[in-house]
Amino acid sequence: MNKLFFKIFTLTIGFSFLYFPILTLIAYSFNDNKRVMVWKGFSFRWYKELFHNEQILEAFYTSLKIASLSATFATVMGVMIGFSLTRISKIPARPFFIFLSSSPLVMPEIILGLSLLLFFISSNHIIGFPSSKGQLTVLISHITFSVAFVAVIIQSRLSSYDKNIEEAAQDLGTIPNMIFWKITAPVILPAILSGWLLAFTLSLDDLVVASFTTGPGANTLPIVVFSKVRLGLSPEVNALSAIIMLIVILAAISIYLINRSNIKK
Amino acid sequence: MIKNFKKQNVWFVFTPYLWLVLFFFVPLALIFKISISVSEWGMPPYRDLFSLSENGLEINSTLGNYLFIFSDPFYIRSYLNSLSLAFTSTLLCLLIGYPIAFYVAKSKPSIRNILLIMLIIPFWSSFLLRVYAWKVLLQGSGIINSILIHIGLISEPISMLHNHYAVILGVVYTYLPFMILPLYGYLVKFDLNLIDASNDLGAKPINTFVKVILPLSLPGIVAGSMLVFIPVVGEYIIPEMLGGSDKLYFGKIIWDEFFVNRDWPIASALAMSGIVILVFPIIIFQLMYAKYNFKNE
Repeated sequence: MNKLFFKIFTLTIGFSFLYFPILTLIAYSFNDNKRVMVWKGFSFRWYKELFHNEQILEAFYTSLKIASLSATFATVMGVMIGFSLTRISKIPARPFFIFLSSSPLVMPEIILGLSLLLFFISSNHIIGFPSSKGQLTVLISHITFSVAFVAVIIQSRLSSYDKNIEEAAQDLGTIPNMIFWKITAPVILPAILSGWLLAFTLSLDDLVVASFTTGPGANTLPIVVFSKVRLGLSPEVNALSAIIMLIVILAAISIYLINRSNIKK
Repeated sequence: MIKNFKKQNVWFVFTPYLWLVLFFFVPLALIFKISISVSEWGMPPYRDLFSLSENGLEINSTLGNYLFIFSDPFYIRSYLNSLSLAFTSTLLCLLIGYPIAFYVAKSKPSIRNILLIMLIIPFWSSFLLRVYAWKVLLQGSGIINSILIHIGLISEPISMLHNHYAVILGVVYTYLPFMILPLYGYLVKFDLNLIDASNDLGAKPINTFVKVILPLSLPGIVAGSMLVFIPVVGEYIIPEMLGGSDKLYFGKIIWDEFFVNRDWPIASALAMSGIVILVFPIIIFQLMYAKYNFKNE
């Protein structure tokens, strides 16, 4: 009994700590007052203003575009890295390749952002590309740090599944390209999907690297939000948080339900 | 057929290889180059390493930027502040996260899946907005002050923002899921019968924990600690939003040197020393840890 009490106590405190700030923010998003913390009455006022805020809407669109493109490119290259490192033995300077594909994981964002910005400026100076900083430079930067995360996921999936299946297919005379598309790819599909999703969230959430590499017309959502809340509070951002939480909760519940029905099958 | 396979291999290896060399390695090499350059007014604000003049080839390289950083306690203190922030918050995340991960992993499967989803939700939601939430809570007119005044613990709102305790709180809050999820991953695979066996053999609960549970969840502890420690070392957003001027951190110093002072060589030298002081030890630790695990297997 004592043990059960301790368990419930720990979980209650833990989950309250995780959810209290988020729920408070959602509650105050319905506050009809410009001063965020002084309750005046219930209203949808800030949601209305949010949906009329061109700057935030545009930034949201830019973020979605960059995140989906970045996730797609990063997943393709992440699969290539995972496949190369587990299936191809002759890679020139293999340790260097391993170093390149894993060290973005341990590189602080601020150093990554700084190095990419200096690189883009110099490359513009020398060969004229990229002609200016903007969505393209943010996209390139996001792909670069996401690749490593996708590669780790793919690699662990590939090294844990039985290579003999591929060898059997090879012995039966299947064309190597076909082996990849017909056998390897379907087996690692869940890892590919979770890699894409991770790369998508990484890009959507990134502020530091984007702040360094952004330019005119490429303000992502975190950059706009940060400029609004850096010095003070913003009731519109409260409304935005509530909407994002709602999307995340709906996504989580649907994944839970899909998983449960899969297990039942 | 074999030729075909080779062609595919070439693409598979060299597309990401070239990408990473171009956009990861070359930029790092460039930072190194700029860090040993002499700063000057102009665009770009540093002198070229090699220049041709009437005296022939001139090399304008200097270690001055590094000497400058390491002779100024201001910069050294910021490195130490970042390391101590990362260390403290990793420890706190572990102390708070371990019991949560343990009890979630020990729950019945039906409840466990719901709890797991509840752990993932804050992990998915925006990082920036979770930090912002604490900014709202800790305001002078914020809800925590109101509650404390209401129950009579304090009579006037106290300033809880803009100090390094607020930074630690923000870091622990935002990085907690990074600690809990890998811990959960190891604890859930763990055979609970081992605990019963240990108890049946007469071990005290504390001994069961220290001698059975803890060693078996060590990989999870290491993975979680890495996921917290590494990003916190370079953290810029949380100190900027919740911190004050009582402690300055490495990430903010680089940001300010670059954006405010426009001193590219110093910013680059700071980043380079950051890599040597903060990132190399982590890579070495990981290599050693991997070797240790390999031996034990």
